[in-house]
Amino acid sequence: MAAELHVALVAADREVWSGEATLVVARTTSGDIGVMPGHQPLLGVLESGPVTIRTRDGGTVIAAVHGGFISFADNKLSLLAEIAELSDEIDVQRAERALERAKSDADALAERRADVRLRAAAGR
Amino acid sequence: MGAQLRVYKRRIRSVTATKKITKAMEMIAASRVVKAQRKVAASTPYATELTRAVTAVGTGSNTKHPLTTQAETVTRSAVLLLTSDRGLAGAFNSNAIKAAEQLTERLEREGKQVDTYIVGRRGVAHYNFRERTIAESWTGFTDEPSYADAKNVAAPLIEAIETATAEGGVDELHIVYTEFISMMTQTAVDSRLLPLSLEEVAEEKAPTGEILPLYDFEPSAEDVLDALLPRYVESRIYNALLQSAASKHAATRRAMKSATDNAGELIETLSRLANAARQAEITQEISEIVGGASALADATAGSDN
Repeated sequence: MAAELHVALVAADREVWSGEATLVVARTTSGDIGVMPGHQPLLGVLESGPVTIRTRDGGTVIAAVHGGFISFADNKLSLLAEIAELSDEIDVQRAERALERAKSDADALAERRADVRLRAAAGR
Repeated sequence: MGAQLRVYKRRIRSVTATKKITKAMEMIAASRVVKAQRKVAASTPYATELTRAVTAVGTGSNTKHPLTTQAETVTRSAVLLLTSDRGLAGAFNSNAIKAAEQLTERLEREGKQVDTYIVGRRGVAHYNFRERTIAESWTGFTDEPSYADAKNVAAPLIEAIETATAEGGVDELHIVYTEFISMMTQTAVDSRLLPLSLEEVAEEKAPTGEILPLYDFEPSAEDVLDALLPRYVESRIYNALLQSAASKHAATRRAMKSATDNAGELIETLSRLANAARQAEITQEISEIVGGASALADATAGSDN
């Protein structure tokens, strides 16, 4: 059986997802990073972007993460984010509306947030 | 009905109405405590992980950061005081304010200038009434603080600490809030948030002597620390806000419980008095009738003669 790592995706006010995984891909400020079991201890700053978690049974969990940190040690990976949503929690229509609004208001941050949500939702 | 009895009856009615209100407030507060406690619990994983990460960077690298290094001479400190928007919570607010005043006094004795930041209408009112200056204040969310509120509170504080002292910044950040220990015990505590003393954080984090691994920092230790520390401050403030909210509801519950108990006692005493007054009235009526009858009998007996 392949090695596993324990993943905890926590937002500021709740634990969004936790479980065993074989691979986690996240976007740090210096590029995408993939973490597999036995990775060297790591602490990085996350960009807002989708995070992909490949679970033990071959399934995939995608979450939209807006800023935060990734930390890995002892085969335990924590993704800390102020705001994090699983792809199936995302309301696509609402995100699309938010994207439109952000574009018309020229709000780059809101546009990016909506874009990340949509991309996470599209990948599910 | 006699005048005395009527007065008692009226008072019993009014106290009963008050008792119903305080009872309702007690039950509302009790349900809110549970909700607030749940929120504290929900925010714990984030706070623990963040503390762990801060400790890891602080101890695992030789990075010097304004938020972790102690200024040689501290000339100005910021004190953040967390109170509630509404009263009816016993000594909850006055305890927090008292703790903040003691802290301010201590800092001023050490020759530091103190900027006060206040959350909650009660604290603001207290300071305004005494015409003390408030650097900044926030109100309207103390019953159910959200993470966004904590961010709002943290933003000017982080900015102040990053500004040089000569330009109006501060060197230290203290926070005064009410710690929720249990349903029955809440204490006002003050703690220094910044500069961070890593030894303390490390002790808090790993009393078991857990050894932290040597981390690889992405992109670099400085950048990680830069991004990490404001989040850490926000999360600490969020936690303090939640604890303060839970404490406030617990204090309200207790205050309302004793108000309800007192009302019950008062009703009992007043009922006793009302009963005595009614009895006295009856006794008086009987003796009046008896007296009248005997006077009448005496008069009739006299006319027969």
